[in-house]
Amino acid sequence: MSKKQKAGFIELPHTADWAVEVWAAQYDELLVQAARAFYALAEIRLAAAPRCTRRLAEIRGDPESMLVAFLSELIYLSEQQRLGFDCFDLEVGQDVLKGVLEGAAIASQRREIKAVTFHNLAIQKTSEGLTVTIVFDV
Amino acid sequence: MNIQDFVQIDKYEWEIPKNFRSDMRTAVRIFATRRLLEESLKDRSVEQAVNATTLPGVVGAVVVMPDMHQGYGFPIGGVAATEYPKGVISPGGIGYDINCGVKLLASSILFEEAEPMLDELASALNHFCPSGVGSKSELHLSEAELDRVCREGMRWVVQRGMASEQDMRRSEEQGSLAGADPTQVSRRAKERGRSQLGTLGAGNHFLEVDLVEQVFDMTAANAMGLQQGCLVLQIHCGSRGLGHQVCTDYVQTFQMAVRRYGIHLPDRELVCAPLDSPEGESYLGAMRAAANYAFANRQLLAHKGRQAFETVFASHIKNWHLHSVYDIAHNIGKIETHNVDGKPRKVCVHRKGATRAFGPNAPGLPEEYRSIGQPVLVPGSMGTASWVLTGTQASMERSFGSSCHGAGRVLSRSQAKRSLRGEQLRQQLTQEGIHIRAGSMPGLAEEAPQAYKDVDNVVEIVSGAGIARKVARLRPLIVIKG
Repeated sequence: MSKKQKAGFIELPHTADWAVEVWAAQYDELLVQAARAFYALAEIRLAAAPRCTRRLAEIRGDPESMLVAFLSELIYLSEQQRLGFDCFDLEVGQDVLKGVLEGAAIASQRREIKAVTFHNLAIQKTSEGLTVTIVFDV
Repeated sequence: MNIQDFVQIDKYEWEIPKNFRSDMRTAVRIFATRRLLEESLKDRSVEQAVNATTLPGVVGAVVVMPDMHQGYGFPIGGVAATEYPKGVISPGGIGYDINCGVKLLASSILFEEAEPMLDELASALNHFCPSGVGSKSELHLSEAELDRVCREGMRWVVQRGMASEQDMRRSEEQGSLAGADPTQVSRRAKERGRSQLGTLGAGNHFLEVDLVEQVFDMTAANAMGLQQGCLVLQIHCGSRGLGHQVCTDYVQTFQMAVRRYGIHLPDRELVCAPLDSPEGESYLGAMRAAANYAFANRQLLAHKGRQAFETVFASHIKNWHLHSVYDIAHNIGKIETHNVDGKPRKVCVHRKGATRAFGPNAPGLPEEYRSIGQPVLVPGSMGTASWVLTGTQASMERSFGSSCHGAGRVLSRSQAKRSLRGEQLRQQLTQEGIHIRAGSMPGLAEEAPQAYKDVDNVVEIVSGAGIARKVARLRPLIVIKG
C-alpha cells in the first residue's frame, strides 16, 4: 500500500517475526488499519456469509496498551472462535476503547500470528496524523 | 554500533563494556567470530542485548549466543541473570512461546532398513501428529484436568500411560517445574490451551526424522543411546496459545508494575517486576504452569510419533522402539545457583532462544548423564544438519550454564519467500532425499535453509569457545511442518 494514502499499512523487514508500519489521521482509524494489517499478514479470508457481530469489551489504558489489547482480542477471536472482522465501529474516549466488530467466519488462513508485542511500540504524531510500528510474534 | 565498539576477549568471545551506554548496568558478552559478529550488526540483536543490561538486579554479563538474531525486547539467543529475589523477572525476556524447546528420541533402526519405508513414515507422522494453522487437540480436557497438566507437566502424561519414567527422567527438570500455579493463568489462556494440547502448530515448529550421520564423542553417544547410521526423531514446539496468552497477559499488567516500582526501561517489551513482588510471583507461577504444559505437549507428540513408528516399522523391524535422549527448553526463566564474581549466588536465568547446557556433575542431571554433562539439542534449519552437544564446565563459568539453541535466522520471512517458492523448495529437498509434509507452501518457503545461518558454523563457535562439546551430527530425512 502506498504511503500517499491517508491511512494504510506497509510490511517492514524483521528477522524473526512480522513487523508493520501503520498510519492514519486519527487514533480510531489507526486501530482499524492495524486490524487490517493483522488480517493481511495472517492471510485470513472471510466467508461471504453469514455476517456476525461481536461487542468489544471495554479496554482501558494508554493508547499503545489499548492498541495491543485490541489486536490481542482479534488474535484470540481468530484462533478460538475462527472469526474475522472487516467493519469496525469504535468509540475512543480518554484512555478507554469500546465498540462493535462486524465480520464473518474465517474461510481460510495461511499463517498463525500468535501475539502482538510492545517492542519499541510508540504511536508518533506526524503532520498528517499518527503512525506506529507493530511487531507481531509468529 | 560497529565492530570498534567491541573488546575482543578471545577468538570466539567479544565484549561491549558497561560504559558503552549510560543506562547499562553490566557488560554484554557475545560468542561469535569476527565475521558472524559483523553480520549480526546488520539487525538490532546487539542493541537489544544492550537494552537487556538495563534490567534492575542484573548480575554478571548479559550473554549472547552465536545464533543470535533480532527478537523483541531481548535478542533471540540472549541469556540474562538477575539476582534472586530482589532482582526482576521480565516476561519479554523469556518470550511468548514459554518453554519452546526440543525433544530428541533415538532408535536402533538402521537407515538402510528404513529407507524404503521413509515416505510411508512421513505420511504416518503427518497423520498421527496434528499440525498446521488452527490444529485442534483430540483430548477434551476439563479445566480441572488442564490445571493438573499445568501443575504436573510430564508426570501427568506418565500417569496416563503415554510416557515412561525414562522419558520423564531424561527431561530438563524431569519435565515438571516446581512452583507452577495454574490459578495465576487467565481463563483465556486456559481456553487456548485446552483446545491445543498435543498439537504441533505452525511457524518454525516441526517434527523431523534424522539419521545419526557422524559421532564425535562415543562415550556421550553411548550414554544417550545414539548410534551412527540409525534413525532419531526430533520434536520442536512449545506451549502453544496458552503460553502466548500468559506472556500477553503479563506484559500488559507489567506495564503498570514498572511504574509502581519506579523502573525505567528503553523498550516497553522489557517490562519486569521484582521476583519477590506480588506481580513477579504471580508471573513465575503462571510461567511455570505454561512450561509444564509445553513439556506435556512435546511428550504427547512423542507418544504420537511412537505410534507412527510402530505403524510403519513393527511388522518389518524387530526393535522399532524410540527412547528419549533428552527434552530441553530454550525459552524459559529458571532459579539456579551460579558463581558470580567467584561466589555462588541464586539467580533467575532468563534464556530466550538459548539452551541450558549444564556441565558434568551439575545438579539435576540423570545418573546416566552425570559424567558427560547435559545433552544440548541444536536443531538446524530444514535440509541442514542438527547437532547433539553436551554442556561443559566452561558453560557453567562463562554463560550461566547455557549454549546456543539453533541456527538463527538471517533473512526475514518475506525475504525468504521472495527468494524461493515453497514448491521449488520442496522439489529441491526431495531431490536431496528429504521427505517433506507441509501444511502451507508459503510457510515452507519462510523456513527455507537460506533464511538461516549455517548451523555447523554456530556449533563450531560454541564448541571452539568451550561452552559445549560435540557429540553427534544429524542429517534430516523427513520434515513435518504445520
